[in-house]
Amino acid sequence: MSTIASLQIGEMGYISEEALDFIPLKLLEMGCLPGAEVKLVQIAPLKDPIYICVNGSHLAIRKETAAQIQILKS
Amino acid sequence: MSKNDIKVALIGNPNTGKTSLFNQLTGLNQKVGNYPGITVDKKEGVSKLSSTQNAVITDLPGTYSINPTSLDESIVLKTLLKKDIATSPDVILVVADVENLKRNLLLFSQIKDLEIPTVLAINMVDQMVKKGISIDLTALEKELNTEVVLISARKNQGIQEVKEAIIRCYVTAKASPLCGINHQIDPDYFDALKKISPNYSLYELWLMVTQNNFPDTISSKEKEQLLEFKKDVSKLKKYQHKETIYRYQEINKILKKTYIVDKTKATDLRSRLDKIFTHKIFGYVFFVFLLLLIFQSIFDWASFPMDFIDGTFAKLSNYVKSNLPAGVFTDLLTEGIIPGIGGVLIFIPQIAILFMFIAILEETGYMSRVVFLMDKIMRRFGMNGKSIIPLISGTACAIPAIMATRTISSWKERLITILVTPFTTCSARLPVYAILIALIIPNKKIFGFLNLQGLVLLFLYALGFATAILAAYILNKTLKIKSKSFFVVEMPNYKLPSVKNVFFEVVEKTKSFVFEAGKIILALSIVLWFLASNGPSSFDNAEKNTIENVANQNLSDDELQQKIASAKLENSYIGILGKTIEPTIKPLGYDWKIGIALITSFAAREVFVGTLATIYSVEADDEDTSTIKQKMASEINIDTGKNRFNFPVGMSLMVFYAFAMQCMATLAIVKRETKTWKWPLIQLFGMGLLAYISSLITYQILS
Ligand SMILES: Nc1nc2c(ncn2[C@@H]2O[C@H](COP(=O)(O)OP(=O)(O)OP(=O)(O)O)[C@@H](O)[C@H]2O)c(=O)[nH]1
Ligand SMILES: [Mg+2]
Repeated sequence: MSTIASLQIGEMGYISEEALDFIPLKLLEMGCLPGAEVKLVQIAPLKDPIYICVNGSHLAIRKETAAQIQILKS
Repeated sequence: MSKNDIKVALIGNPNTGKTSLFNQLTGLNQKVGNYPGITVDKKEGVSKLSSTQNAVITDLPGTYSINPTSLDESIVLKTLLKKDIATSPDVILVVADVENLKRNLLLFSQIKDLEIPTVLAINMVDQMVKKGISIDLTALEKELNTEVVLISARKNQGIQEVKEAIIRCYVTAKASPLCGINHQIDPDYFDALKKISPNYSLYELWLMVTQNNFPDTISSKEKEQLLEFKKDVSKLKKYQHKETIYRYQEINKILKKTYIVDKTKATDLRSRLDKIFTHKIFGYVFFVFLLLLIFQSIFDWASFPMDFIDGTFAKLSNYVKSNLPAGVFTDLLTEGIIPGIGGVLIFIPQIAILFMFIAILEETGYMSRVVFLMDKIMRRFGMNGKSIIPLISGTACAIPAIMATRTISSWKERLITILVTPFTTCSARLPVYAILIALIIPNKKIFGFLNLQGLVLLFLYALGFATAILAAYILNKTLKIKSKSFFVVEMPNYKLPSVKNVFFEVVEKTKSFVFEAGKIILALSIVLWFLASNGPSSFDNAEKNTIENVANQNLSDDELQQKIASAKLENSYIGILGKTIEPTIKPLGYDWKIGIALITSFAAREVFVGTLATIYSVEADDEDTSTIKQKMASEINIDTGKNRFNFPVGMSLMVFYAFAMQCMATLAIVKRETKTWKWPLIQLFGMGLLAYISSLITYQILS
């Protein structure tokens, strides 16, 4: 199963419905919802954190958080 | 504040323009900037809504929801849950960003459910055309059951409409929940919760349970019942998730009918800039280049106005001296106050340039990119990417920088950031560095364009930063505090800095720098001057003794006068005090006059130059019209007969100022933010010890 952490720069995916319990509340509130399209915009020079765009929010999150959120690649 | 004033609270996501709107409504100049987390405390101001109605507006930190994860966000929750008629808001003005309305409405829906009268201001509508956004306002108002106003706080549009809407909202006092939370999640569970108390809305009760935050007004029986609900934590968590999903579903339904974005209009300026600023190599190269540019400009652009101010003060002193009747008061003025104040004012150009660069950085949105670039590195040292903001804005002043740590949710990371921020080279150190660099480093260009003095200054900034990081590393290894590190940062869109915001930011900060420093210097220079021109009996005999001592040396009149003045100074109260501490600081290369300046600097660092100016003026003869810099340059070390401020002494002094915690105001803020004297005291002694040892080593190696 792939997660947000496994996306390549510019690649997109949909957050899977099963991910709900693993998404921190704060991220959920910022628009990281099951079913939403995520795009990986950029990876920081030292490979962490990553910069994603989801539901119109541009967010920087850490790899460890991203690795908890399962996605379906489109 | 009168009883009839409407109490309005500004609430919204970070970076949506709450403070910009607050400034428009109240005429104040609170700090505005383009990254989340600029406002970290409450701020009140009065706004004239109409000819008969005033409002007290409260600006609050931004938050994504009512469920706080950091200190700045919890200030919002506290304001909302307070059931105190005298202070709780009558009307809530939710400020939303038109570009990201969906996410902004999540917080709005929570606030509606608290059943407090609410107005929605959709800000930044000046961007609508460019982004291809259109809104059906009437339909949106109907769906949200709330008055909605389109505004642009930056362009001063719609402000009058906001004022009118606030009055209407207050008068009708219409408050109804938008989503409600019981419908889909677990009707039985929430019905049971609702039954606990009729005095609170269901959502308020739910927040008390989830946030463990109970108003004083709640009865102990009710509280007990509520605590019962807290027992099943995993259920709470699950329901909070469900609640959020449910809210977004409702919001999506509403926006589908009322909010249209033409995707073809979207420009990709943001992604192109991001490619450069967050690039593997260019990202860092650009960052370093930017810092280099700032320090070069501080020296290059400021030298002309500085020379001008310096000269003007020397002339002023001279003018006053020749036009006022000779006497104690004139001496105080020309030897104490004027040189002391001049010693600070001279640095206004440099400080204003520094403040300008910081304000521009903050306004463009670049700061968040630096946070993104630095998180991994900062984490290794026990901090958070967000710690970089205090470390950078600390170059202006450590006080707001320490306040800015409130956005860091982990207590350990926050504490470490607070403790190391004072190592950042603040603007109060700039005067000390600038004058010493000008004395000991030649004004040369290397490679044809790099100013050597600017480079040394850059090195001192780097030294401060490196020490901060190193100290953080040590603290991270020694502090036994457990707290979970979490990092989510919104990356704001790039913006052209608003000239007005930058201008006011520079003016406000420079003004407060001058006035804060001015007050201390004024007081200190009076005390110093008194202590330097009075003394015990040896002081009165100094003149006679000197004349006797040098009687057979055939001195010219001028030389004799100089000798007498020095002898008097050494036997004054300040001289005696200085001589007492001299043995402690002699190994660092300092004489007793510098020692006095070190002591007064514990009130505030920028006092250093003024103190020396005062001491040297007392010693100088009456016709002396030289500037502070000239006085320092011609000061002689009596042991060697050479210049007092030579390279080893200058370097040792700069190292001392780089490390020592010489700022009472910062200590007080650290006490307030950490709620104990333990940490500021550790800073004071730890940094003091480090400063002493490092200066000792520097001087001994170099001399
Ligand atoms: N284009 C545009 N920019 C705006 C407008 N209002 C505010 N801004 C900009 O948006 C940024 C954020 O403004 P602030 O007023 O600091 O936002 P805030 O909501 O107080 O932010 P926090 O205190 O961090 O929560 C600044 O760069 C402002 O110049 C507007 O109407 N139009
Ligand atoms: Mg603000």
